[in-house]
Amino acid sequence: MMFVPSVESMLAFAAPQIGGSQALTSLALGLANEPAGLLPAREQMALSLGWHIVLACFGVAFPTMILVMHWRGVRRQDRVALVLARRWAKVSAVLFAIGAVSGTVLSFEMGLLWPGLMGTFGDVLGLPFAFEGLSFFVEAIFLGIYLYGWDRMPPRLHMLMLIPMAVAGVVGTFCVLAVNAWMNAPTGFDIVDGEVVNVQPWVAFLNDRVWLQFAHMWVAAFMVAGFAIASVYAVGILRGRNDRHHRLGFTVPFAFASVGAVAQPFIGHFLGLRVAATQPAKLAAFEMALETESPSPLRLGGIMIDGKVRFNIDIPGLGSLIARNSLTAPVQGLDTIPADQRPPVNITHIAFQSMVAIGTILMLAVLIYWIARWRGHDLLEPQTRFHRWFLRGAVLAAPLAIAALELGWIATEVGRQPWIVYGIMRTTEAAGENSGLWWLYGTTVVVYTALSWGAISILRSMARRWRAGEEDLPSPYGPEPVEHAPELARDEC
Amino acid sequence: MSVELAVAAAMFAGVIAYALFGGADFGTGFYDLTAGGTRRGAELRTQVDHSIGPVWEANHVWLIYVMVMWWTGFPQAFAAAMNTLILPMLFALLGIVLRGAAFAFRKYAATLTQARLFGAIFATSSLITPFFLGAAVGAIVSGRVPIEGRGEVWSSWLHSTSILGGLLAVGTSSFLAGTFLVADATRAGHHDLGVALRMRTIGVGIATGSVALLGLVPLRLDAPTLWDGLLGRALPMVMLSALAGVATLALLWTRRYRLARITAVLAVFGVVVGWGLAQYPWMLVDQIRVVDAAGAPATLRALLVAVAIAAVIVGPALGYLYTLTQSPTWTDSY
Repeated sequence: MMFVPSVESMLAFAAPQIGGSQALTSLALGLANEPAGLLPAREQMALSLGWHIVLACFGVAFPTMILVMHWRGVRRQDRVALVLARRWAKVSAVLFAIGAVSGTVLSFEMGLLWPGLMGTFGDVLGLPFAFEGLSFFVEAIFLGIYLYGWDRMPPRLHMLMLIPMAVAGVVGTFCVLAVNAWMNAPTGFDIVDGEVVNVQPWVAFLNDRVWLQFAHMWVAAFMVAGFAIASVYAVGILRGRNDRHHRLGFTVPFAFASVGAVAQPFIGHFLGLRVAATQPAKLAAFEMALETESPSPLRLGGIMIDGKVRFNIDIPGLGSLIARNSLTAPVQGLDTIPADQRPPVNITHIAFQSMVAIGTILMLAVLIYWIARWRGHDLLEPQTRFHRWFLRGAVLAAPLAIAALELGWIATEVGRQPWIVYGIMRTTEAAGENSGLWWLYGTTVVVYTALSWGAISILRSMARRWRAGEEDLPSPYGPEPVEHAPELARDEC
Repeated sequence: MSVELAVAAAMFAGVIAYALFGGADFGTGFYDLTAGGTRRGAELRTQVDHSIGPVWEANHVWLIYVMVMWWTGFPQAFAAAMNTLILPMLFALLGIVLRGAAFAFRKYAATLTQARLFGAIFATSSLITPFFLGAAVGAIVSGRVPIEGRGEVWSSWLHSTSILGGLLAVGTSSFLAGTFLVADATRAGHHDLGVALRMRTIGVGIATGSVALLGLVPLRLDAPTLWDGLLGRALPMVMLSALAGVATLALLWTRRYRLARITAVLAVFGVVVGWGLAQYPWMLVDQIRVVDAAGAPATLRALLVAVAIAAVIVGPALGYLYTLTQSPTWTDSY
C-alpha cells in the first residue's frame, strides 16, 4: 500500500494508514517502549539547539546591520559609524566562532541522537542541508576576508565583503527552515511496504510550508539581534553616555528590530492559519482547545489539570477569528485526536501564548517609540519625561526577544510531538538506545556554561577596553598590556 | 562513472580538503602547545593567530560538507558509523567546540592569564580533534563498524589501527602546519621564529614518517583489506607520499620553504588518497560497498547539482580568500 504525505492526507491522519515495515508499524505502541536514548536526546537537542539558535540569529542579521553602519561610514565619511562598524566586526568574530562550533555540534547530533531519522530519511531531507553547508561556506569565507581586511583592502571593496555574508545568512536560514518545515509537513517521498521510495529531494526541499516558516524565523533573527545590540547602547545611554556613538549604535539595530517587530505578528498569524489545516493537533494544543467549539473562544492563560482547564480567561468567538480567519470555523478539539497522537498540551499552550504576548508587547513598544519620534519627541533624550522608562524597556527587550524566540521553538517542536516526522515517524523511533547520553548531556551543560561565561566575559572586557580608549585590542601576547585596576573595571561594568 | 561513485568521490574530495586545510589549522596547536612560556612563546602564538585567523572557519566547513554529503548520499552507512563510533566522534566534537571557541576568545582576551587559559585549551583541543577523527577512520578501515546493529562502543576504536590512524592524523596535521608556519614567519621577517619552527617541523616529519612505517606492521593483521589495497591499487600514492615527505624534509633543511609547502601538501595528499583508494570499493570496510550504501538516486543527482553549484560559488571565493591571505599586504604587516 502507498502513503503519500500531503496536506490532504494529513487531514485524515487521525487514522494513519501506514503499513508494512517493522519500524513503522511499531508507531502505534507509543510511550510504552521508549528507547533509553529518548529523554536524554531530547534534553540534549533542546539545550544545544536552544543555545545555537541565539547565535544563529546574529549570524543571520548582524552582517546586514554592520553593512548599513559601514556603508554610512564610507558614504558620509562618518567616523562614528566606522568605529561602530569596526567594533561590531570584532564582536561578530567572537559570536560567529562559537556559532560555527555550536552549529557543528548540531550536525553531529543529527546522526548521534536520531539515527532512526537520519538512517531512514537522510536522503529525503539532506538536500537543504547541502545548501545550508554551501551558504555556511560562503559566510565563513567572507567573514575571514572582512575581519582581517580592515586597513588591508580598499575601503569600498572591503565593505562589499559583507554582502555575500548577508545573502548567505538568508539562504542558510531558508535551508534550515526547509528541513524543519518538512518535518512538520513531510513530502517528496512515498512509503511502499514500509520502504521509503520515489524520493524527490527538490520537492522535499521546496515544500509548501517552508516559505512562511522561513519568513517567521528570518524576521525573528533580526528582532533578536537588533534588540540585543540596541540594548547594549540603551544601557550606555541610561548611564549617562548619551553621545552620538551610543545614539547611532542604538538606532540602527533598533530600526531593524522595529521593522521585524511590526511585521512578525502578521507573519505569525498567516503561519498559524496554515497550522489549522495541516496540524490540527498542534493548533488544538496552541489554543488549549480540548473540545471542538463553534465559534471557538480565545483561551488566555490556563493550565490543564486532570483533563480540565483551570485559571483561564475565555474570550468568546475570538479563537475562530484569529486561528481560522472566520466567525464560525472551529478550532478542532483535542478530543478528535487519538490519545497517543496528542502533544503535551500545557507546555505547548503556555509557550505559544507567552511568545504571542511578548511579540505583541514588542510591537506596541516600537510603535510608541517611532510614533513619538515622528511627533517630535525623541525618547532617547534625557529631557523627555519617559526617556528612562523607555530605555529600561529597550534593555528589557533583548531578553524578551530571546525568550520569544525560544518559546516559539518550544511551541512548534513540542506541538509536533509525538512525531519527529509528522504523521510518519514517531520521535521514539528516531532515538537510539544510548542510555549513556546522560553523560553527554551533563558534559554539554558544563561546556556550554563555560562557553557562555567565556563569551560574556570576553565581550564585556572588549567593551571595557573600548570605553577606556583602546581601539585596537592588541593580542595579549603583544607588548605588555596595561592591567586595569579592578575597582575601575567594576565601576565601568 | 556511476552516480554513486561520483557522489562518493565528491564526498572524499571534501575529506582530502579537510585533511589538508583543516589539518594545517589543527596542526598549529602542536607548536602553540610547545611554544614555551608566555614571553618566549609570544611571537609564535601571534604568528599562529595571524596565520589561521582569517581561514580557520572556512576550512572548518569542509567537515560540515563531508558530514552532509555522507548522511544525504549514504544515510544508512552514516547512521551506522555514528552509532558505533559515538565516542570518538563526541571526543572529536568536543575538541572542535573548544578549539574554535578558545581561539576566538584568546584573540580578544584582556589579560595574559585569560590568554594563557584559552591558549592552552585551544592548543590541546587542536590535537584531540585530529586524533579522534583518525581513530574513527581506523575503526572503519579495520572493518569494525557493522552496517546492521551496533559495533563495540569502546573496542571498535581502541586497537592498533585506530591508534595509528589517530597518530597519523595528528602527525600529518602538525607537519603541514609547521611547513606553512615556517614559510609565513620567514616571509613576515621573523627569521628566528622561522629557524626554531624549522627544526621542530623536521622533527615532526621524521616522527610521523616513522609512525607510518612502523604502523604498517600491525595493519597487515588488523586491517587486511586495507593492507591489500595499500600494496595494490594505492601503492603509487603511498610511494608519492613517502617521496614527497622526504623531499619536504630536504627542502626544509635547505631552507626552500615555498617549495616545501607544495611537497608537504603532496605528502599528506598521498596518505589520504592512498587510504581512499585502498578502501575502495567499501564505504564501511568489509561491511558495505559504496554502491550498496547509496541513498535514493534522485537525491544523489541533486547532490551533484549542489556540489556543482558549490564549486562555482565557493571555489572562486576560497581562491580569493587564500590569495588575499598569502598576498604581501596581508602577510607583511602585523
